[in-house]
Amino acid sequence: MKAPAFDFTQAQSVPDAVALLADTARFTKPLAGGQSLGPMLNLRVAFPEHLIGVRQIEALRHAFIDPANGELVLGAAVRHAQIEDGLIPDVTRGLLAHVAANIAYRAVRNRGTVGGSLAHADPAADWVNTMPLLGARIVVAGPDGEREIDARTFMTGPFTTALDEPELLVAVRVPALSDAARWAYVKFCRKPGEFAEAVGGVLIDRPRAVGRLLIGATDGAPVVLEAPTELLAASSTDSQVAEHWTDDRLRAAINAAGIGHDPYVAQLHLTMARRAIVAALA
Amino acid sequence: MDHDIARARPLSTTGVGASLPRKEDRRFLAGEGEFVGNIKLPGMLHVAFARSAVAHGRVLAIHKPAGFEGAVFTMADLEAGSPPVGPIRVLSSLPGFKPSSQWPLARDKVRQVGEPIAMCVAATRAEAEDIADAVVVDIEDLPAVVDMLQARDAPPALVHEEWGDNIFLETLVEGGLKGDEFEALKGSAAVKVHRRLRTARQSMAPMEGRGVVCTWNTRLDQLEMYTAAQMPHINRAGLSETLGIDQASIRVIAPDVGGGFGYKGILLPEEICLAWLTRHIGRPVKWIEDRREQLIANTNCREHHYDITVYADARGRLLAIDCDSVIDSGAYSSYPFSACLEAAQVGSILPGPYKMEAFRCRTWSVSTNKPPILPYRGVARAGVCFAIETLIDAAALAAGVEPHEARLASLIEPDEMPYDNITRKHFDSGDYPEAIRRAMEAIDLPAWRARQGTPEPDGRLIGVGHAVFCEQAAHGTSVYYGWGIPMVPGHEQCGARMTPDGRLELRIGAQSHGQSLETTLAQVANEILGIDPAHVRLVHGDTGVTPYSTGTWGSRSMVMSGGAVAEACTLMVERVRDIAAHLFQVPLDQVVLAQGRVSDRAGVQSLTLAELAHVWYRQPQRLPPGVNPAGLEVIGGYKARVDTGTFSYACHAVAVAVDPGTGAVELLDYVIVEDAGTLVNPMVVDGQIYGGTAQGIGTALFEEMRYDSQGQPLASTLADYMLPGATEVPAPRIIHMETRSPYTTFGQKGMGEGGAIAPGAAIANAVNDALRPLGAELTELPMSPRRVMAAIAAAGSAAGAVAGRGAA
Repeated sequence: MKAPAFDFTQAQSVPDAVALLADTARFTKPLAGGQSLGPMLNLRVAFPEHLIGVRQIEALRHAFIDPANGELVLGAAVRHAQIEDGLIPDVTRGLLAHVAANIAYRAVRNRGTVGGSLAHADPAADWVNTMPLLGARIVVAGPDGEREIDARTFMTGPFTTALDEPELLVAVRVPALSDAARWAYVKFCRKPGEFAEAVGGVLIDRPRAVGRLLIGATDGAPVVLEAPTELLAASSTDSQVAEHWTDDRLRAAINAAGIGHDPYVAQLHLTMARRAIVAALA
Repeated sequence: MDHDIARARPLSTTGVGASLPRKEDRRFLAGEGEFVGNIKLPGMLHVAFARSAVAHGRVLAIHKPAGFEGAVFTMADLEAGSPPVGPIRVLSSLPGFKPSSQWPLARDKVRQVGEPIAMCVAATRAEAEDIADAVVVDIEDLPAVVDMLQARDAPPALVHEEWGDNIFLETLVEGGLKGDEFEALKGSAAVKVHRRLRTARQSMAPMEGRGVVCTWNTRLDQLEMYTAAQMPHINRAGLSETLGIDQASIRVIAPDVGGGFGYKGILLPEEICLAWLTRHIGRPVKWIEDRREQLIANTNCREHHYDITVYADARGRLLAIDCDSVIDSGAYSSYPFSACLEAAQVGSILPGPYKMEAFRCRTWSVSTNKPPILPYRGVARAGVCFAIETLIDAAALAAGVEPHEARLASLIEPDEMPYDNITRKHFDSGDYPEAIRRAMEAIDLPAWRARQGTPEPDGRLIGVGHAVFCEQAAHGTSVYYGWGIPMVPGHEQCGARMTPDGRLELRIGAQSHGQSLETTLAQVANEILGIDPAHVRLVHGDTGVTPYSTGTWGSRSMVMSGGAVAEACTLMVERVRDIAAHLFQVPLDQVVLAQGRVSDRAGVQSLTLAELAHVWYRQPQRLPPGVNPAGLEVIGGYKARVDTGTFSYACHAVAVAVDPGTGAVELLDYVIVEDAGTLVNPMVVDGQIYGGTAQGIGTALFEEMRYDSQGQPLASTLADYMLPGATEVPAPRIIHMETRSPYTTFGQKGMGEGGAIAPGAAIANAVNDALRPLGAELTELPMSPRRVMAAIAAAGSAAGAVAGRGAA
């Protein structure tokens, strides 16, 4: 299990990386923390000819709160462990740190990056499920500058995203939750640290008119269910929002995601969604 | 019964019975162990294998990549040598056994995914893999034989066409009542329970995979092979037979080995290939098995099917077992244990430690297009224990008694020992009922039963279960000659040499790869000679300098090598006393050796072992005529007085919580009452139990090597092949009993495998206990969340049948 031969270039800046990625003569891929691509190289299931190192690009390594709107701007090369350890400003009432702390194992969290995981787009990974739940936006840079993609539409299928070549994922913009926001993120793994078989996420933030349930670790992009606007009025309660997600509605969503034919998988997703609802209200 | 005999002994701090810290640990903890992967020889090249991508097919042509013709070798090249390299062909004298021919590189057919087809050599492993990727093989696909029952009953193809079927071997074992009497017993039994059970095919997954480094030593005209092996002398014999060179021309060295578990008790096709290659190209060569090769290409274990009926009386006492068992032996019969060992074992050990009036078990060793199976830690016992112990629980349920009551009614009683059971297994000693009683007390069965009366706040279901087993170990000639395989254990030797500075070298033919023999055999030497264990050096795993041995397998080393070391040290005592008698000028009977010091009885003259050795080697002028010229080097040999083996045993009791929303099983408490006779080093014994139990939990809940309908393995990394880790294995509470074996030197019994045997059965009984209110029952291992949920769903859809399940 030795990687096939490839070239490696350390990009110095985002424009530098985008320019290098624009080389169509060779199969070129960015390399960040390498926690997914590294094993794929060694298993010889990926054969890039040219890897562009992006982990050391200064502009990708920082996280800060945008004073204009209070959003967290999370650099693509921020590592899971930095979030777990509380080194990143928190606008999510602890959700990001909770998720980060349960990604794989500490050795992976020490090197793996937010941007790398999102761009890899493994349906069972955590950020591809967390960012849609939060209603975050993915910032990507291309030859013509930057654009933003709603995290709920960023992932287009298993291991595929809305990134165009030669775009590079540079940041995630995470909106700040209100003080009244309640969330839960639960997942089922055979062992701690393994990829999830099912993810359930709930975010109820009525002051911001958000009532969202996520069914993740599907065969593709996560399923996001938005509560009807009328349930998010000031006069309603979080419980009323939660009651909207009946078993029938959840089963319908699971079936619509194409994972309903396997009773075990369907039950697991239903259980995780149910438990996320209970945990969010607890 | 003398359960606690060790407590009557003076508590040694260095000899037999001491929890002496492991001598091996210094180098391992410092990262200074030497494994095959660490070995680099000057000019060494690296090997990768091009392996079959299909499970079954005819090899039409092998195309070596242009420009690399000299770096790629096929079976045709190996056969063109002089002498030609031959296939691995393991014969058994069991009637009806059909041998297979396993060519080191595929010749006419491939019979499993991952079968080596071409050997590629380069300056680095990465380049060798590049070349292997470029080898093109034309294969005519044949239907894959994947499921063992289908392979037996309606095969889509024949794995070995010359056989006419896919059966390596069929056996029938019967005992007790036969014919009409057996039928009458069946008809009158108050309780009859029938189940179809399956255990998954597992990968043995030692931390270190296999690996080979070898070179041809032109000075000695000898192959020198470093290989991660449990049985180096057996590998030497197998290499000699397949390479056509004499055994003295081969030296096999097993350096530090990172776990064996049976996975390294085999002659490897890769060993044969590299042995040929190093001589052919005149360069040292190295192959290190990577995890993907380990998982998809190389041997597996443990795939059993049982169609079993148990008969019991109205209080659950066992009356008879009637069983058909099928074992998926895979594509080939591995050297030396053969494809028949697992199934033949099943037939004879299924009764376990129970008494009964009739027994019948028919077994089939079936060939499929999957890797060969090898005897894994506990060998057939994990499956057998799962079969008999889940059926005992089912019978107890049908009889309306607690499972432990059914067991207590059926177990061999201590005053019946030694006992020959219904399959003529000779139990040396033990108090099985007491083990169960202690386990029930420790797990506190009434407390769990009380807890089950109230719903859990988190909705999980609580269950408690247990299993008992016996572990025959250190099997001798009388057990093994009947298999007629290439290896029969006989007499074990130890070479002992006192060095001129009074230290002791022990040379044994077994190999220590986690068993802690460097520590425990030093304790044996201390027990006999009084020498400080720190002054004892164990030499093992090297055919060049150790006596022949079948090696380390079957939990035999502490009995066999321990016995041999004791014999050698006893001989050494006599040599030391003889020399001292001559030096002291006193009669031999006036010389005593105690605490590493030799003295005359008058207490006038006294020498340390170092002083005596100094005289013998460096000042022979001080020794009068008549002293025994044989000196301070001896060979001690050992064979147990009764060589049918020792019987360790244990009762594992476990409490679980089952999540009906996900199928997840959590182990809440785990108790092990274990009796391995005299414990030479209790700390080492505990370590063996912990490690074995962890692997058994893998069998119970996690490990499963699945294949698709084309024979493609569905796990090629450890992300897919799930091993239990620190978070899945609780700290078991171990309670020791110590019933001496009457047949071994110190009363010790082999016990290296036991931990791995019972967890599947004990946890299954606990999970089924938890699921009983739902009417669900698990009959397959591992009890993955998917299987648990399927059982719950099946019970829900068959709600009307729930009441009858227990006695179905």
